[in-house]
Amino acid sequence: MQPLPGWLSFLKGSKVGLGLDLQGGTHLIMQVDTDQAVVNYLEINADEMRRALRKENVKSPKVERKGDGLTVTVPADQREKTLDVVGRLFPNFKTGDTETVDGNLVLPLTMAPAEVAQIKESAVEQSLETIRNRVDQFGVSEPVIQRQGERDILIQLPGIQDPQRAKSLIGKTAVLAFKLVRDVNAEPIASGSQPMPAGTQVLYEVDKLPTGERKKGQALVVETQTLMTGDVVTDARVRPGDLPNSRIVSIDFNARGARLFGEITAANVNRRLAIVLDDTIYSAPVIKEAIPGGKAVISGSFTPDEAKDLAIVLRSGALPAPVTVAEERTVGPSLGADSIEKGIRSFVVGGLLVIVFMIIYYRFAGLLADLAMIWNVLFLLAGLAAFGATLTLPGIAGIVLTLGMAVDANVLINERIREELRLGKTARAAIDAGYDRALPSIIDTHITTILSGIILFQFGSGPIKGFAVTLCIGLASSLFTATVGTRLVWDYLLQRWRIQTVSI
Amino acid sequence: MQLIPSNTRFDFVGSRKTALTISLILTLISIGLMVFRGPKMGIDFAGGSLVQVRFKTPTEVETLRQSLRAAGFEAVDIQDMGRDRTDFLIRVPMAADDTESRTKKVTGALQDAFGVDQVEVLRVESVGPRVGETLRSKAIWAVLFSTLMMGVYIWARFEWRYGVGAVIALLHDTIMTIGFLIAFGYEFDLTIVAALLTVVGFSVNDTVIVSDRIRENRRKDRRTSLAELINLSVNETLSRTILTSGTAILVTLSLFLLGGPVIHGFAFALLVGFTVGTYSSIFIAAPVVLYFERAPSAAPEARGRQSAPAARRT
Repeated sequence: MQPLPGWLSFLKGSKVGLGLDLQGGTHLIMQVDTDQAVVNYLEINADEMRRALRKENVKSPKVERKGDGLTVTVPADQREKTLDVVGRLFPNFKTGDTETVDGNLVLPLTMAPAEVAQIKESAVEQSLETIRNRVDQFGVSEPVIQRQGERDILIQLPGIQDPQRAKSLIGKTAVLAFKLVRDVNAEPIASGSQPMPAGTQVLYEVDKLPTGERKKGQALVVETQTLMTGDVVTDARVRPGDLPNSRIVSIDFNARGARLFGEITAANVNRRLAIVLDDTIYSAPVIKEAIPGGKAVISGSFTPDEAKDLAIVLRSGALPAPVTVAEERTVGPSLGADSIEKGIRSFVVGGLLVIVFMIIYYRFAGLLADLAMIWNVLFLLAGLAAFGATLTLPGIAGIVLTLGMAVDANVLINERIREELRLGKTARAAIDAGYDRALPSIIDTHITTILSGIILFQFGSGPIKGFAVTLCIGLASSLFTATVGTRLVWDYLLQRWRIQTVSI
Repeated sequence: MQLIPSNTRFDFVGSRKTALTISLILTLISIGLMVFRGPKMGIDFAGGSLVQVRFKTPTEVETLRQSLRAAGFEAVDIQDMGRDRTDFLIRVPMAADDTESRTKKVTGALQDAFGVDQVEVLRVESVGPRVGETLRSKAIWAVLFSTLMMGVYIWARFEWRYGVGAVIALLHDTIMTIGFLIAFGYEFDLTIVAALLTVVGFSVNDTVIVSDRIRENRRKDRRTSLAELINLSVNETLSRTILTSGTAILVTLSLFLLGGPVIHGFAFALLVGFTVGTYSSIFIAAPVVLYFERAPSAAPEARGRQSAPAARRT
């Protein structure tokens, strides 16, 4: 964008960001670790299989992941039951030849290659969707998010100021887990001088250096068992905390999560519950009483941005597999600077033709309509800047429609004034009646379209949203300039200059 | 200055049968085109190939675009990467089955135009659609729902049949615009979607204004038949309709003629949509209201029905 001339420098506060098609932006290629997705899938299944076997009274079943498959080890006499459970509940695994080792039955399970490919495929698709959710909430309007090749996702973000933040937000796996803290001194265990108690692990709290950099905070010993995971989260929002300038992230659970959370807190009063995101403890409050309401808060020393990002990640769900940044660079506008220049030139030519035509057709009233139209554009751009919206081609379509309706509103008024003048009314009466008569139509047309804009904003996404934002801001300002703005000028002329005829 | 005389008395309602027949035929042709030929999907919807190339010397996007167009690639998306104008990202829409051959054609065309040793193909990848399945259905729902809400608003503000008239006119304009786009072989991308939304907004605007005038005239005069009132109202607003549509079409004509190839489809869609929208607000939206004259829900309109024979006559 061109720098503002000096006399306009007071406007510098914010400016209209241009979208990818008009300005270019940050280009990222994220690579989905599809192998890890397969591993995750296997581990979840191992867990479920273990539980299912136990439920069917198979004694001390052991299920382990081995390469692209699982190995089930059970006492030899449990053979029939085990084969039955696995065959019935886990049809996507193929049972291999069993072996007997030390009186135990060892059963290898493998997945068909097509199945593995399917898991990888859906991991990429799901990542794409999650990334889209996250980026959408990040406030960047109209990113490009596109599947590329087998396991890459191409992301282009228009005019992003902080690519680092975008990257970390997109790449967060966001496995949320609630775990109980063991009340033991963690330091010696963390340093290895004391043995780790059975069924526990050492995790670190987040801590920030005064420079804002993150480092590992205090170590805590937590139980390995996860009491709850992020799949029960229905909503997460940033709220102001108790301390001034502090922020908390409040989490809402679904019915199952609410029940679980109520049970966990009831059973563990006075113990500390660690809220763990991607193996980092965000907060480990002491449970003071049972919390049945289905809500929890994460407090910690967040900056506003961090709290917001945390809420976004919680809300948009976990990535099915880790993603890494494979490539990062800056790209030019996708429409091409050449096309944009042509587009703008043609738009200006068309606009000038309309401006000239309006003056010829309506004389002074036409000039007034032109001023209203220009005023409208200024309002619109200011509005877009204030909302932090980016301007893209669909947005420009919204501007075309807005301007069309702004011209229309003035045409409606002017035609009415002419009608009234034809009836032989005085200037004052004709102008008053003209505005009064045109008003219902103007309000109706504007409200109908604003209404559709609001719905498009609510249910659409990406470019549809961009179009809707431009439309709503533009129409609100057009409603004002057409009904109040131009009228003020007429009133001034009628009262101060006591004009007797209308130049229309 | 005045283009349209203030006292026109065209019998728009009288020609509604002809208009409806023409519209019906064109709409059916459009639907036929949609079903049997289908819109040509651009890279935004269909995905395609991504070719990353490096030139030995700095090159202009426009030159690149021209050489690709010469090879028959109309809708390509070219982005320069970095600042030295040597690396470019070229996206070409294509069906999955011809990816390989067309990618070869792209690189071949570039090498023909710039010399084999001038162009280095860094990478060729197939890319998925920019607008995925979920986004697409989301967009369609958003548009349908907002059309419905506009109809409901008009129903609440006027009468239910005006809402029906408006929705019919909206569908008419959108379907017809899509039909024209398919007939002229334009590729569908996100900018076309934006253009269609604009057409919907424009069309409803026109319809509301005519409905408003009918209501106003009706309040002043309850004895004239609805058919005549509609005629009168359309005539009274004619000068406004022509003027507003004229200026809108003026701007889009300028976009169409001077805007360059990238926004050609966008401008074409607007041009067709505005023209059809103007026609439909005169010949479709208001006359359609007449066809619902005797429907039971029109009961509050009882006084208007006294002169219903006049409406039936035509």
